Amino acid sequence: MKLTLKIWRQENASAKGNMQTYPIDGVEGDMSFLEMLDVLNEQLINKGEEPVVFDHDCREGICGSCSLQINGEPHGPDRLVTTCQLHMRKFNDGDTIVIEPFRAKAFPVIKDLMVDRGAFDRIQQAGGYVSVNTSGNTIDANAIPVEKELADEAFNAATCIGCGACVAACKNASAMLFTSAKVSQYALLPQGRVEATTRVLNMVEQMDKEGFGNCTNTGACEVECPKGISLENIARMNREYLSASLKG
Amino acid sequence: MSILDSKIPSGPLADKWTNHKNTIDLVNPANKRNIDVIVVGTGLAGGSAAATLAELGYNVKTFCYQDSPRRAHSIAAQGGINAAKNYQGDGDSNYRLFYDTVKGGDYRSREANVYRLAEVSANIIDQCVAQGVPFAREYGGLLDNRSFGGVLVSRTFYAKGQTGQQLLLGAYSAMNRQINRGKIEPFNRHEMLDVVKIDGKARGIIARDLVTGKIERHSAHAVVLATGGYGNVFFLSTNAMGSNVTAAWRAHRRGAFFANPCYTQIHPTCIPVSGDHQSKLTLMSESLRNDGRIWVPKKKEDAEAIRAGKLKPTQLVETDRDYYLERRYPAFGNLVPRDVASRAAKERCDAGFGVNKTGEAVYLDFASAIERYGKEQALIQDLSNPSDSEIYDLGKAVVENKYGNLFQMYEKIVDENPYKTPMMIYPAVHYTMGGLWVDYNLQTTVEGLYAAGEANFSDHGANRLGASALMQGLADGYFVLPYTIGDYLSKDIRTGKISTDSPEFDQAEKDVKNSINKLMSGTGAHSVDYYHKKLGKIMWNKCGMSRNAKGLEEAISEIAELRADFWANVKVPGSPDSMNPELEKAGRVADFLELGELFAKDALTRNESCGGHFREESVEQDGEQKGEALRDDENFKFVSAWEYKGEPKDAQLHKEDLVFENIELKTRSYK
Repeated sequence: MKLTLKIWRQENASAKGNMQTYPIDGVEGDMSFLEMLDVLNEQLINKGEEPVVFDHDCREGICGSCSLQINGEPHGPDRLVTTCQLHMRKFNDGDTIVIEPFRAKAFPVIKDLMVDRGAFDRIQQAGGYVSVNTSGNTIDANAIPVEKELADEAFNAATCIGCGACVAACKNASAMLFTSAKVSQYALLPQGRVEATTRVLNMVEQMDKEGFGNCTNTGACEVECPKGISLENIARMNREYLSASLKG
Repeated sequence: MSILDSKIPSGPLADKWTNHKNTIDLVNPANKRNIDVIVVGTGLAGGSAAATLAELGYNVKTFCYQDSPRRAHSIAAQGGINAAKNYQGDGDSNYRLFYDTVKGGDYRSREANVYRLAEVSANIIDQCVAQGVPFAREYGGLLDNRSFGGVLVSRTFYAKGQTGQQLLLGAYSAMNRQINRGKIEPFNRHEMLDVVKIDGKARGIIARDLVTGKIERHSAHAVVLATGGYGNVFFLSTNAMGSNVTAAWRAHRRGAFFANPCYTQIHPTCIPVSGDHQSKLTLMSESLRNDGRIWVPKKKEDAEAIRAGKLKPTQLVETDRDYYLERRYPAFGNLVPRDVASRAAKERCDAGFGVNKTGEAVYLDFASAIERYGKEQALIQDLSNPSDSEIYDLGKAVVENKYGNLFQMYEKIVDENPYKTPMMIYPAVHYTMGGLWVDYNLQTTVEGLYAAGEANFSDHGANRLGASALMQGLADGYFVLPYTIGDYLSKDIRTGKISTDSPEFDQAEKDVKNSINKLMSGTGAHSVDYYHKKLGKIMWNKCGMSRNAKGLEEAISEIAELRADFWANVKVPGSPDSMNPELEKAGRVADFLELGELFAKDALTRNESCGGHFREESVEQDGEQKGEALRDDENFKFVSAWEYKGEPKDAQLHKEDLVFENIELKTRSYK
């Protein structure tokens, strides 16, 4: 199929960016979205132009590197997939596709479609862990049984890949879904309960410090999340935060 | 050969590690604060090593090319992690895990290393649960297990199809705790481009800031490489796009021997190639072989009809299907080790029984598992006379619960529903058992330079068993390296901070800059990918699942030619002084072009078949094992460790003889 791509180009963080138009031909349905961009880049390189820069690595939907706002939606029109797992069969011959970086104050553009999501790391560093030494001198793994339902729920929250689609989808650029997924994983498990109070306070404080917006419960994050992280996590984090604040 | 001292402690196998830990030197806590360690790579091995070393008190700097340590490719491991917990009471033990691993590796690994791995495996599970890793559990609240290939017990712990993700996020969380305490300084979006040696010891690295293009100097008292494997030398593999051999290869050029480069794991269950645009291949976890049955049509005309789209696999009756693994290997069936399963798939496809349009695919079928689970559920739920569709729905729910994300991934890529029609799979490059040669302490042949996880060669011999990579990465990082590196660093307590203002750092930085300038000044005839794809084709066709002397000799000369062409004509747009992904790729492909040649040379030298390395000249001629791989213990019971001497063709071979005191060498049979 033949497509018209409108792509955000920006030299670096301080430069001004703009949209550029690129026609592309010979796109096949079996290509992933990023393989389609590979084809474009190969053409640009052969023409002596600079290829479009975007983040990507595993290309199997798990590392969370790839991003892209495609026709206004993070990771494009398909549901429960990352951009690397979005296939061109979801588009039609003659389509115009608008490709932009994830937009948020807390995610400054590095170049073209690549943004800096270091804010997510810093939120995790503020408390996204259990303070246990890694010496291996701990209790037997089966010493504390965990109700299967809770373990499964903790797992579901823990499948967040930290891609930032939730932030890009939110009109307030809120990072509540991301932060609440980690808070929930630990809040649901006995190993994480011990530090639940300080964890939620510290992570939320860091989240606010990074310049993410507030949550107004529109739910766009849940719809666009490639891993289906549930809004229930936000509700749980709000409960955790309230009870932690009262304790504090 | 005196250089290759594996430093295996004396004494009985089961006591070696404990005795070793009791006798090596320690660094007191106050002195640890004055010692710096660089860890390159933040996957399971690097992340866990960095966290533990920081926790012990060393000042750690981590480096990764990704934007966050959490994105290292360990995250993509699906099926599980082995540990000799024997929670199932099915006869597992440290010895059995040790034995399975040595046998699975086709008797080409070091006994003492493997035993230590088995010994610490149970600790890993305890540790990860304590960190809040949400492993799968049974209804009683205890941890669940499943089986993987090449073993007869259930010792694999898992978190659905995302075990690697959960374990990596566990190591990442341990790192975050240390970053928050100021004990780890992370350098993300940085790529290591050289090791700096001072007086023969690794004392730092040269790295490029991938955002600014700036070349930086970082010093330390020891350097740990946990930079993963080199499967991307094949261009198409299940590795991440950025996975590369550069850190390991540049260390090799500085004196670290490279061991067994030809030992590559071709994983039997990957989604087949769909076209020339393909940029990478996607794995379907080996855990699927617990429930999926592998088959091709029994008759060639059926296979042809399927390829032409005239026949559907579901239309073929049971008697017209060839469940070739169950037929050839009745004892292990669909759960034979990966190398055996891959070769068997290739054999059927080469013989004309392949099923997709390219003829390079076999079926992985869940119909009988869905039926079996459905009937079981109907019984549990007390349904009388359940209909076929009720049974199907019940069974589908069980399969979905176990492998849901894998089925979804398959459907997104292939556009077919694997609950309704069997999956199509074909082998693909997945893991490299070879890597930097290390001694028992995980030290390379360069003093102070360590290698952990997939980057080293040590534990898997010629073939790795499923769910053992996660085990080894975390064992090295959490439980082995933190002890052994202390022994080395105990001699450095009076050294003081290493200055980066030295002739050695000057020279290394100059070398790196020269190499970058050379890459940027090609005539510009072809892109980096053009060369990478060409290299991949040579590797896959001549150094893939089946190898022979003629093909390997051709590969050696073709790769050398391609390398010369690359350096003269590659096109790298942009500037070296800013973000430039093409330049990053060019540097990595340059190293693959050297490694590829050494790989072929190693494969040519090893004129036996063992594990993932199959030489057509070395097969069983008769008896029950006829046609199976033939190992040659008399002539090849050694580790090949290659010393860099300029061009790969001039690399010098050193042999480490493998001594088996606790296991009798046998023909590896899964029949």
